[in-house]
Amino acid sequence: MLEVTLQIATEMEDKGFEIGEFLAAEREKDLLRFSTAGSVDDGKSTLIGRLLYDTQSVYDDQVRSIEGKGTTAPGQIDFALLTDGLRAEREQGITIDVAYRYFSTAKRKFIIADTPGHEQYTRNMATGASTADAAIVLIDASKGVQIQSRRHAYIASLLRVRHVLVAVNKMDLIAYEESVFRAIEAEFRAILAQIAQDTGTAVEAHFVPVSALKGDNVVHRAAKTSGAMPWYDGPALLELLEALPAINRTQNTSFRFPVQRVLRPDHTFRGFAGQIASGAIRVGETVTAFPSGRKAKVERIVTFDGDLEEAFAPLSITLVLDREIDISRGDLIADREDAPAVARNIKASLVWMDQRPLDSNRRYLLKHTSHTVPASISSVEHRVDLGALRHEPAPTLRMNDIGAVSLHLLQPIALDLYRDNRSTGALILIDPETNATVAAGMVTAAQGQTVAGDEDESGAWGRVTAGEREARWGHRGGALELTGPAELIDAVERSLFAVGAVTSLVDADELDRAGKQQFRDALADALVQSGLIALIARTGEDGALTASAGGFDITLDAQNQMHAVTAIHQLLRRAGIFISSEGADL
Amino acid sequence: MPAVETEILRAPSSASRPLPRRLNHLRLLEAESIHILREVASEFERPVMLYSIGKDSSVMLRLAQKAFYPAPIPFPLLHIDTGFKFREMIVFRDEMARQVGAELLVWRNEPAIAAGTNPIALDTRRCCALLKTQALLDGLRHYNFDAAFGGARRDEEKSRAKERIYSFRDAAGQWDPKNQRPELWNLYNARIHPGESIRVFPLSNWTEMDVWQYIHEENIPVVDLYFAKERPMYVRGDALLPIEQDFVARPGEKPQMVKSRLRSLGCSPCTGAIRSDAETIPAIIDELISFRSSERANRVIDHDQDGSMEIKKREGYF
Ligand SMILES: Nc1nc2c(ncn2[C@@H]2O[C@H](COP(=O)(O)OP(=O)(O)OP(=O)(O)O)[C@@H](O)[C@H]2O)c(=O)[nH]1
Ligand SMILES: [Mg+2]
Repeated sequence: MLEVTLQIATEMEDKGFEIGEFLAAEREKDLLRFSTAGSVDDGKSTLIGRLLYDTQSVYDDQVRSIEGKGTTAPGQIDFALLTDGLRAEREQGITIDVAYRYFSTAKRKFIIADTPGHEQYTRNMATGASTADAAIVLIDASKGVQIQSRRHAYIASLLRVRHVLVAVNKMDLIAYEESVFRAIEAEFRAILAQIAQDTGTAVEAHFVPVSALKGDNVVHRAAKTSGAMPWYDGPALLELLEALPAINRTQNTSFRFPVQRVLRPDHTFRGFAGQIASGAIRVGETVTAFPSGRKAKVERIVTFDGDLEEAFAPLSITLVLDREIDISRGDLIADREDAPAVARNIKASLVWMDQRPLDSNRRYLLKHTSHTVPASISSVEHRVDLGALRHEPAPTLRMNDIGAVSLHLLQPIALDLYRDNRSTGALILIDPETNATVAAGMVTAAQGQTVAGDEDESGAWGRVTAGEREARWGHRGGALELTGPAELIDAVERSLFAVGAVTSLVDADELDRAGKQQFRDALADALVQSGLIALIARTGEDGALTASAGGFDITLDAQNQMHAVTAIHQLLRRAGIFISSEGADL
Repeated sequence: MPAVETEILRAPSSASRPLPRRLNHLRLLEAESIHILREVASEFERPVMLYSIGKDSSVMLRLAQKAFYPAPIPFPLLHIDTGFKFREMIVFRDEMARQVGAELLVWRNEPAIAAGTNPIALDTRRCCALLKTQALLDGLRHYNFDAAFGGARRDEEKSRAKERIYSFRDAAGQWDPKNQRPELWNLYNARIHPGESIRVFPLSNWTEMDVWQYIHEENIPVVDLYFAKERPMYVRGDALLPIEQDFVARPGEKPQMVKSRLRSLGCSPCTGAIRSDAETIPAIIDELISFRSSERANRVIDHDQDGSMEIKKREGYF
């Protein structure tokens, strides 16, 4: 080793010696990918610009081209302009799409995805986070935690971005007040814990108070340079990024190799080209091809640079097997033990990314590893209410919504849960008409066996969801309280029955007389939970009918039956129990 | 080019070799690029690789060899020739295609070349629009290609930094940067309507430094113009202009011999050389470490107006 170095040294003289050392050190460097997250204007792009500037990763001509421009005070560089590379971004002062930037330190190389904070561009944030090992979530200290901070933290957790660095930014605007930092830290830690419980992915979070504009605690510790924040004795952001564990965790899981292409240059060679998604493989080991379930031994691991004895994720290689088995693009070559599931019915978390809401009557194309299969959404299980961090029933998912669905695939595919494998558990949905990528999905459950075969054809399983009930009944569950003449109430129910609504009459008078008010409420609740319309009926005076649903009350003239019935259908629509106009028009 | 011969004909050893358990950044980038090349070759009907003869194209070509080995590269190479490329580049191009065994297509905007289009007669922007962008769009349409690989890297320029690996282009070849498809994990959406196309950038995540290190480690042949040599140049202040085209000279201007090299290869009238002593790849890398300006700073074309690269890309440029 020493000899080699000396030889290079003499070859290249003084200067050459240094470059030889440099190249040797470079060969040892690994790669960390991280993305930014947080609400609009929290200072993400400024932070990245500052990080690049303070690590001498930007060229003079690039700095010169942004001097005197942007939103900052005269004489101060608007660092956001280093990454906001589109004209529309510079004009509007916001980030629209991800910017990828690259820099390296003595320790490792970094790929940064600087993502937009604006809600409209959530899909671009998800794009940046999907390949990230770590996320820097920014919070503006002068504004506190925003709904977008929650949304982005939620998406990062869903995508299993393991490390979260929370940069509480713009500390300069709040006079570097420790108490503000601590309060935000406490609040956001609680939110992260709640999110982790919901998504099942615990994150390791570090909190750092920074000023991206002034450069405090970004590359250099503020306590040492400007003297700001003497109360913070933790590491600067870059120190944390350099210290995060390396990414090669995919090597320890089961072997997964999606076949991208069959290479057949002549009749003597037949190899399966692909990139190892996880795990490792050695010559001589037995593997199984999915979905067929056929087995073979690995005869060669072929690369342009010579055959390998062993290969591991994420290498791109070509496998030659010892016998002819039918394998084509889209098949998965995997461990004999610890096999993937082969399923046609799966559940997945989705981030919806298209203007057109999810439509369970339509067919989508599901892309997973190297194959694409038609799929439909058999039900929406829930939508995540990001404010309250609760699940709520929903008939559909709209742009930027996060939720969970059941999917039915036209053909079985071999897959893993996203929790176990970030590559064989991930999918996208494509709209076959517009060709737009409409959703990102993470498999949370798969019903199936280890090889292709017959399966339950019902299309869904597990607890029946509100979305499924709604799809069947054509309306949501809800309570409609009616007080008025009995025959008018009968007419109302008859009219609901006529449009296909599923109702159940609860005689409130009788239950009240028997002192069963609690039972009455529980009964109504159960009916509503089952997706039915509970008619809570009371006899009232002859002249009027009062009706209430979903917090709306109306009083109607009981003489005009036709009008009363129409008004009640409208009421149900307003209360969100009827979803389309169909049921409302008599 | 002796290096070419040995490198390409090097027989893969039949003895298997062990690999270090940890992959460095170059191996990670290589694996990602090969995955992209294989996806495109499998999902599109008529892919093509834009081959521009520069260092990035050289790396991309090597990656294509690796991706399909031992099968040949399953798509042709296309060179958009403006007529102003350095002579050495053209010689190198033909030699490389021959040795790699790839089909080479060359497309030129002949009517514009015949009309005497040059960056001095027109301005650089209009010259590029005709000889590069128009030629590219015509060439792609002529052969009916639905996917085209380009060697562009995101670290080159700030609008490039915004581009997806699969960059969707409408029927007119135009890029809409405000409305790009989301691109998650390594699941690329290859669906297009007739007439639309995808530009694919397998080197998106490589930096200029990565490219040179890879060329060094892999012994990839590159055009001699990258290495410092005494070359005749017109010297104008800090700028060094190669003497390839007659019309570049100002009246009475005489070339001088300057030890210089090119940092990026483009058209000779618009690509300035830099003074340099770097005769080897390690020396080039060493020089790169000390540079204070970006590789495109010596290209006239990227600076003629704010956001000029973005504008060109919107119009259909790579
Ligand atoms: N005072 C102060 N201002 C800051 C700081 N960081 C950023 N800013 C300012 O905040 C504004 C928004 O900064 P950006 O970096 O564009 O914010 P962003 O999070 O990237 O915004 P989007 O990408 O559009 O979501 C700019 O005017 C910045 O100069 C800081 O630490 N202190
Ligand atoms: Mg920004």
